[in-house]
Amino acid sequence: MSNIIEIKNLRKGFGDLKVLKGVSETIKEGEVVSIIGPSGSGKSTFLRCLNLLEKPDSGDIIFDGKSLIEDKVNLSLHRQKIGMVFQHFNVFPHLSVLDNIILTPMLEKKLSKEEAVNQAKELLEQVGLLDKIDVFPRKLSGGQKQRLAIVRALAMDPMVMLFDEPTSALDPEMVKEVLEVIVGLAKKGMTIVIVTHEMGFAKEISNRVLFMDDGQIVEQGSPQDIFDNPQNPRTKEFLEKVL
Amino acid sequence: MTLLISTLGVFTKYWPVFLQGLLATLLTSFVVVLFGTLLGILLSTIRLSKYKLFAGLVETLVSFLRGTPLLLQLYFFYFALPQIVGMDIPKEVSIIMALILNSSAYVCEIFRAGIQAVDPGQREAAESLGMREKYIMLRIIIPQAIKNILPALGNEFVTMIKETSLASTFYVADLMTSYRIVMNASYKAVESLIILALVYFALTYTSSRLVGVLERKLMASV
Repeated sequence: MSNIIEIKNLRKGFGDLKVLKGVSETIKEGEVVSIIGPSGSGKSTFLRCLNLLEKPDSGDIIFDGKSLIEDKVNLSLHRQKIGMVFQHFNVFPHLSVLDNIILTPMLEKKLSKEEAVNQAKELLEQVGLLDKIDVFPRKLSGGQKQRLAIVRALAMDPMVMLFDEPTSALDPEMVKEVLEVIVGLAKKGMTIVIVTHEMGFAKEISNRVLFMDDGQIVEQGSPQDIFDNPQNPRTKEFLEKVL
Repeated sequence: MTLLISTLGVFTKYWPVFLQGLLATLLTSFVVVLFGTLLGILLSTIRLSKYKLFAGLVETLVSFLRGTPLLLQLYFFYFALPQIVGMDIPKEVSIIMALILNSSAYVCEIFRAGIQAVDPGQREAAESLGMREKYIMLRIIIPQAIKNILPALGNEFVTMIKETSLASTFYVADLMTSYRIVMNASYKAVESLIILALVYFALTYTSSRLVGVLERKLMASV
C-alpha cells in the first residue's frame, strides 16, 4: 500500500494556545482511520491541516508525494483530490442539489455538462437523493444535506475523504443514514480519515484508531487495541467517560 | 388656509423650476450612485485583498470620508480640485466628484460587510473542493453576499437623493437650488419649502418602497 498522506511533525497554535504539538502520522491507501479524543484535543485542527484549511506553523504535509506547504501554486489542484465533509454541511444554499454537485467538476475539471450531470445522478442514486436533484438545500433535512455534501466531494473523484465530525450536528434519527453512506464508501476501498464521536461506528469501520489528547496522538492501534485494551491512562480515562 | 392657497399659487407659477430641479436631483443621484458603486466595489476589493498596505490605505480613506462632514468635502473639492489640477474646473464636476467619492466610501463598507457576512464555511467548502479564488468569489461568495448588499445599496440611493441637496450651497442645479431660485423671485420662502419637502418625501418614499419590493423578491429567490 502506498502512502497517500504523510504528516511530519505538525505544529499549530492560535495565539498563545498550542493546539498541535508535533503530530506525525502516515495515512496509507485504502485505510480507514478514525480520530477520537476529548474536545479541544486538536482533532479537527489536525484534520483541517491535511488540506491546508488551517496553515500549520511548522511541519509538512506530503500528499501523493508532494509537499502541500512547498507546492502552494498547485494547492487547489491537490485539494481537488482531497474531499472534505464538514460538521455543518456547508452546502451552497444558492444552488440546487444538482448545481452544488456539478459546479466544481465543470469549472475545475472541465467536465462537459452532460458528463457532470450523469455522474451527479449516479452518485445521488447511490445515496438515495436522486428525487431531490432539482431541490434547493433549504428544503433538505440535515441528513440529506450531509449526504449531498458527501456527494459533492465525491464528484471531484478524490483519492481520500476527510470527515470532520460529520454527524455531530444531526438529529439522532438522521445519524444512521449518513453513517451508512460512509460505511459504503469504506467498503468500496476509499481512503478515509474521520474525526468522530461515534465510538461504535469508529470501532466498526476503522482499520486504525488514533486517540488524540492535548495536541498529540497519545495512542494508536487497531480498534480492538484501542477500545478493548487501551494502554495509555488518558485513553482509558476518556473511554470510560464516553463508553 | 391662506398658506395653502399661497403654496398652491407658488406651485402653479413656478412648477417648471421645481420639475427641472427634480430632474437634476434624480440625474445627479443616479450618476453618483452608479459611479460611487463602481468605485466602491473597486475600493472594497482592495480593502479585502491580501495586499495589506493598499488595504490599509483604503481603510483609512474610507474612515476619513465617513468621519468628516459631506459639506466639508464638497467645499474642499470646490476649492482644492481646480488648484490641484491647475486649471478651471466647472463647479458641477468638482461637486459631483466629491459626491461620488463620498458615496463610494459608504458603498465600500456595504460590500465589505455584505461579503464578510457570508458564512466562512462556504469559502472553506469551496476551497476544499479545489475551486480557485476567482470562482470562489464569483460563484460562491458574491451571489450570497448580493442579498445583503442590494437592500443597503438601495438605501444608499435614497440617502443620496437627500444628500445632493447640499450641492445647492454652490448653486449647482438640483432640487434644493430650485428653492433658492423661487425664493429669490417670489420671496415666498415657506411656501417653496413646503413644496420641496413634499417632493423630496414623495421621491424618497417611492424609492424606499421600490427598494423594499426588490428586497422581498430577492429574499424569496434565495
